[in-house]
Amino acid sequence: MAFDSFDAFVMMGGHGPYVWTCYLVFFILSFVLILWSRKQRNAALKGLALRQVSGQTSGPAGKTVTNHGNTGADFARVDPSKH
Amino acid sequence: MWQFFHKLGSPKWFYGIASRLMPWLFWVGAALFMAGVVWGLAFAPPDYLQGNSYRIIFIHVPSAFLAQSVYIMMAVSALVTLVWRMKLADVFVKSAAPVGALLTFLALFTGAVWGKPTWGTWWIWDARLTSMLILLFLYFGAIALGNAISDEKSSARAVAVLVLVGVVNIPIIKYSVEWWNTLHQPATFKLTEKPTMPAEMWVPLLLAVLGLYLLFGWLAFMRMQTEILVREGRTRWVMELVQAGGRA
Repeated sequence: MAFDSFDAFVMMGGHGPYVWTCYLVFFILSFVLILWSRKQRNAALKGLALRQVSGQTSGPAGKTVTNHGNTGADFARVDPSKH
Repeated sequence: MWQFFHKLGSPKWFYGIASRLMPWLFWVGAALFMAGVVWGLAFAPPDYLQGNSYRIIFIHVPSAFLAQSVYIMMAVSALVTLVWRMKLADVFVKSAAPVGALLTFLALFTGAVWGKPTWGTWWIWDARLTSMLILLFLYFGAIALGNAISDEKSSARAVAVLVLVGVVNIPIIKYSVEWWNTLHQPATFKLTEKPTMPAEMWVPLLLAVLGLYLLFGWLAFMRMQTEILVREGRTRWVMELVQAGGRA
């Protein structure tokens, strides 16, 4: 141990606020990114599962359906009244 | 070798390998990182000049190191995207960019907080700090550009070009402390020389760097799996995977 007491460890010779701020921000933001990534993953799995249940999976079995560029609605405005 | 390269291009093969590696990456990475941080915070001796504020180094250097490594990895993947049109390379670029951005921000933030008691200022516009700020903006640019273009192929190519152009910033960051006068201290680790720190300081630092590397690998793999699920959602193997609850 480089410190004589727990108080000395927390104070860090007056540098405590700086050191602990850094560690706190580091761990909080890292956890936020990890949780967000997990949430995205679970949402993707859930979305795919829902699509399977509702039977909208129209791709031919065993074949990879690739997007040939023009099939996506790129830059196209979606008219909400038609949905 | 070529067979390996081809396999690597297969999202299905990658998904399975990633699932198997991820627990190892997480637990070994977390153990190394926590060992380095606890050792550095509580057991390493104080610096003779900076006192205890230098203990920030045990997260500052790993963040800064990873921020640049991740960018280099993204640049290599960008080259692979442009030359071989490998989809998985683009998946990596898109998945790693937010992680790299966070690491760059953390390097800047911990650096600023460390700078206050050490240099007497939070921020100065010197070469090292400014080039790191540019790295942060490069990450933001890559994320924004990727989100702005919805066509997968155009998006992959545009982001790859941006990432490759931005790689010129990496040697500028690296050599900024040697080329220009700066408050920032020179590199702690050099491949060719022994560290100037005593072992009780550089060993925990090395553990923290290695640990964070592995943890980055774990998080990047998780994010890549998500990206693959979204992109390959209509293929048979993903459908079967979803039925099995997401485990490959």
